[in-house]
Amino acid sequence: MSASVLYDAPGPKARMRNRIYTVLGSLLVGGLIAFAVWKLADRDQFDPERWDIFNYANVRQSIVDGLVTTLKVFAVAAVVSIVLGMILAVGRLSDHRWVRTISSGFIEIFRAVPLLITIYALWVVFLSWKSELGLEGDMPAYLALVVGLGVYNGSVQAEVIRAGINAVPRGQKEAAYALGLRKTQVMTSVLIPQAVRSMLPTIISQLVVTLKDTSLGYIITYGELLYAARQLANNITVQDENPYVQVIIVTGTIYVAMCMLLSALATWIEKRGRRSKKGIKIAHAGEPAEGGVAGAGSGAALTPPMVDGDPPADN
Amino acid sequence: MNVLLDHLPEFRDGFVGTLLLTLASAAFALVLGVLLAAFRVSPVPPLRWFGTVWVTLFRNTPLTLLFLVMWFVVPQIFDVGMSPWVKGLMALGLYTSSFVCEAVRSGINTVPFGQAEAARSLGMTFGQTLRMIVLPQATRTVIPPLSSIMIALTKNSAIAGAFSVTELFGVQKLLSDQGFAIAWIFLWVALAYLVITFAISGLFRLLESRLEVAR
Repeated sequence: MSASVLYDAPGPKARMRNRIYTVLGSLLVGGLIAFAVWKLADRDQFDPERWDIFNYANVRQSIVDGLVTTLKVFAVAAVVSIVLGMILAVGRLSDHRWVRTISSGFIEIFRAVPLLITIYALWVVFLSWKSELGLEGDMPAYLALVVGLGVYNGSVQAEVIRAGINAVPRGQKEAAYALGLRKTQVMTSVLIPQAVRSMLPTIISQLVVTLKDTSLGYIITYGELLYAARQLANNITVQDENPYVQVIIVTGTIYVAMCMLLSALATWIEKRGRRSKKGIKIAHAGEPAEGGVAGAGSGAALTPPMVDGDPPADN
Repeated sequence: MNVLLDHLPEFRDGFVGTLLLTLASAAFALVLGVLLAAFRVSPVPPLRWFGTVWVTLFRNTPLTLLFLVMWFVVPQIFDVGMSPWVKGLMALGLYTSSFVCEAVRSGINTVPFGQAEAARSLGMTFGQTLRMIVLPQATRTVIPPLSSIMIALTKNSAIAGAFSVTELFGVQKLLSDQGFAIAWIFLWVALAYLVITFAISGLFRLLESRLEVAR
């Protein structure tokens, strides 16, 4: 139902009323923003001297380092999660019962446990086996973050890809078998390509969740963007105060901008796919993926654990 | 096994903490989310824009960042001395509200056109149409996505533990700092979360079957 179905075309009276709400609403929102800005200015948070820190090369360098670390973790975790997702999805559709059981168990466990709990447990394990595994410096935290993000998002991606495979018209599979392709060939050259194509917006939305969840590195003191920002602010004093507000505003904007770009890409691919006449139905961009932790992600991540069928909405 | 029995009080406090934080922020997010959804379909353009900006912004913000903003920036603006619990509740609630808003909005879109048209032809205003005709019918389709969002919220609440709110992640951290075997702690904490998420999905499935109607 489009919004306009909900109300009549406004007459003179309704137009007047809408105008009053417009003014009131704008005043309220504008007032809140103005209050926040005024309060911050009142505390000298907009003092040029406090923002001058971003002119120093070493400050910029730490932010860039944090950004590069975040992107590095994201890149590795994205690849791990998609590859793992494909393996698990195929495993869950396998003809062998034990493969199905293992894949389903893996998916359900890691999807149901909060990502932070997994990452922290992995971190403790890697830390205590540090010398046996030959890990140095912040490698335990890095591995915990990448492996945690990989298994969690891989489990979610598996459900997305599985839903995509199931949505490929049956004729495709039958035609492939009729041509004499083997089971593996049918999967890799007919089903998965079409599934990935139709699920691409959803897969990318889940990647946004992955990107957002790299910020969990902050909690296990791994030097990604937010932790770098925190350390930076801890080490600088301007006018007897740590510039938390300034550093959080700058790094936060970078983070949100990256996520928005990736979300925009998902929406763009969805719209592009709708126009295509190839007959592959394209999924909605924002659909699964909410809440994943940080996830919820797109947000909050989220389908009830152990429910078969629908693609997950995880965060 | 012994970790659980020897530290039952800690586990209990953590469990109750997660439960309370989840319930409180769920209530906050639901109210705010429905209000935002109403904004997004309202006849007043600035309210629609406000809803859109809100959803785009909060859906693309890492929750950890939101926590940092709550801890370092918000106290500069409202110096009312909020406790960590309240700040955690706000961060989780604000974040989740954007997902609730989107779920409710797509629920509104599934109500057949004729319903709103009939309401309008009876002379109902926008508020009446939404409140008495559209939202009650949208509730049914909104339940499954809401269940997912609430489960995600439960899992997301773990982040609050890292910001000194008493809940299950805090228990995991505390006990592993004391040197107990991480495998057992992980198992019990994970099970505690499973209990909560199962309860939520069961509750919502019950609601769904209660509200089910033939169309």
